[in-house]
Amino acid sequence: MPTTFIQAINQALSEEMERDPLTFVMGEDVVLSAFGATKGLIDKFGPRRVRNTPIAEAGFVGAAVGAAMAGARPICEVEFASFFYCAMDQVCNQAAKLRYMSGGQARMPITFRCVYGAMGGAAAQHSETVYAQFLSVPGIKLVVPSNPSDMKGLLKSAIRDDNPVIVFEHGALGGQREEIPAGDHLVPLGQAAIKRTGEHATVVAIGAMVPRTLRVAEKLAREDISVEVIDPRTLVPLDEAAILASVEKTNRAVVVDEGHWRGGAAADIAAIIGEKAFDFLDGPVRRVTTLDVPIPFSPPLEKAALANEAKIEAAIRAAVGR
Amino acid sequence: MDLGKDKMLEMYRMMTRIRLFETQVRDLATASEIPGFVHVSIGEEASATGVCAALRPADRITSTHRGHGHLIAKGGRLDRMMAEIFGKRTGYCKGKGGSMHIVDFSLGILGANGIVGGGIPIATGSALAAVVTQRDEVTACFFGDGASNEGTFHESLNLAAVWKLPVIYVCENNGFGEFTPMQTVTSVTDIAVRAQAYGIPGIVIDGNDVLEVYRCASEAIARARAGEGPTLIECKTYRWEGHVVGEQAFLGKASYRSEEEVAEWKARCPLIRFEKFAAESGMISAAELKKIRAETEVELEAAVKFARESPLPDPAEVTDDVFSG
Repeated sequence: MPTTFIQAINQALSEEMERDPLTFVMGEDVVLSAFGATKGLIDKFGPRRVRNTPIAEAGFVGAAVGAAMAGARPICEVEFASFFYCAMDQVCNQAAKLRYMSGGQARMPITFRCVYGAMGGAAAQHSETVYAQFLSVPGIKLVVPSNPSDMKGLLKSAIRDDNPVIVFEHGALGGQREEIPAGDHLVPLGQAAIKRTGEHATVVAIGAMVPRTLRVAEKLAREDISVEVIDPRTLVPLDEAAILASVEKTNRAVVVDEGHWRGGAAADIAAIIGEKAFDFLDGPVRRVTTLDVPIPFSPPLEKAALANEAKIEAAIRAAVGR
Repeated sequence: MDLGKDKMLEMYRMMTRIRLFETQVRDLATASEIPGFVHVSIGEEASATGVCAALRPADRITSTHRGHGHLIAKGGRLDRMMAEIFGKRTGYCKGKGGSMHIVDFSLGILGANGIVGGGIPIATGSALAAVVTQRDEVTACFFGDGASNEGTFHESLNLAAVWKLPVIYVCENNGFGEFTPMQTVTSVTDIAVRAQAYGIPGIVIDGNDVLEVYRCASEAIARARAGEGPTLIECKTYRWEGHVVGEQAFLGKASYRSEEEVAEWKARCPLIRFEKFAAESGMISAAELKKIRAETEVELEAAVKFARESPLPDPAEVTDDVFSG
């Protein structure tokens, strides 16, 4: 039976909480669950392990950090990714650094979950793609699933990981459905997926940009433009080898991300390709991203700001010269 | 509360170890033998000692940038602490943390912390872990008057009160946040009254009286263990030294307190106070106290020797321990 992205999250949480009694869920409205990801967990696991927090991100994110250091395995929901800004000290100064600063003593098995990205008229404080803000803070793993199957397998791996992991769930993917492998389905962190093989250009697409890029690739295939689409699935760790091997084959690269153009994940990956695969490139590495503006509210403005299929297509055509 | 002589001597030894360690660290920093920023807690020995003496080994603490005293009181070894402060391979954190970041998980020390108020949510979460995993463990959270103006203080007290977490919040009000007198930036005279806003007990005590600290902490810890939730204890104390060793280099001739004020607080020294109590009670002889001091001097000398003679980290270790596994 096809499973939605949200159901995949729910299954992963339920299975991992069943498996490990040290796990528990905390966050804003996790009992009733606004988007449905944690729905029903209260009935299975009770109030000791499913905890609604006050809307106080620095406090409860920090409590997740302390709980992890003291031997529990928190799964902490920060409802919208932009709310992380309220808890930056606890994520960046505490969770990310304390293992290193303690000479390896601290174990920090925390999974943070949040909804990111533009989903239509939510405006700048509920639409941002914020993972780049954590890319330059060593010590945090960053997971960006693009489909229900990966969502489940990556989240289960994140929960079992002994490091702080932030899982970014795109708000517009919630209803996407597909068959998910049966059984204890795990996707390792740090392994990219080659979503489509091709010869003329490598497109690295992240999160919700993956299905959009695949639609563009399908369209271009009808003109014999053969596009290889790579979904890194995790930004930290990053499967550089898969990306570089593809660029060495196609000699052209485009990076597609819903984050911003400056200082974003696309800039980071483009720089890696430029530095490590320079001799294989036939042209510049192109980036398709959201414009460097806060995400606007009004639909035509929002549409103008975001990366979309037309912009992806234009970038690929520019790369291959057709 | 009848403490018994052994417990009292143990607390005197702990205060003596903190006093001598901190004095030594101050002198080594002044002589530029230690890199980085160093904050010492001379004059504040009683709060760290009294609280930790009331904890069990499996209980946990979080500490602050001025944390050496808390760590010693919870069982930290002077030699490995000193080695960490020297940046040596044999230090508690292999030289990656330094003075402000000493950690020993095996002793329940979740760490000093360089961010004011940074440890308060962590202590709260440590208490949450005890509840979630159903273990009988209490967490003591040390912080200063400055941290009580941070949002994390307020968010944490609310959360701990709502969930009745086994945590005690110990505010060491030493009168200053860096170079700024506490009363000029704080809306209340007593930090403890802030407990009322969260529906939990808040008490003000003489933070230089180790016996009073021990008694009050014991009561708060018993409440926490019984599932009755957190308590806020404000220990009134005073920072004899500056915010940071060598601060005159920043301040020049400027000063933020009077010599009379410092002298007045030095007269209320927690160690002298205990020594007077010992003499008056007739339970403990001067010779016993003198012996503790002499033994601590030997221990400290060995710690400094250990730190000086320990190897520096190998540069190849720089990328170790970012991630687990």
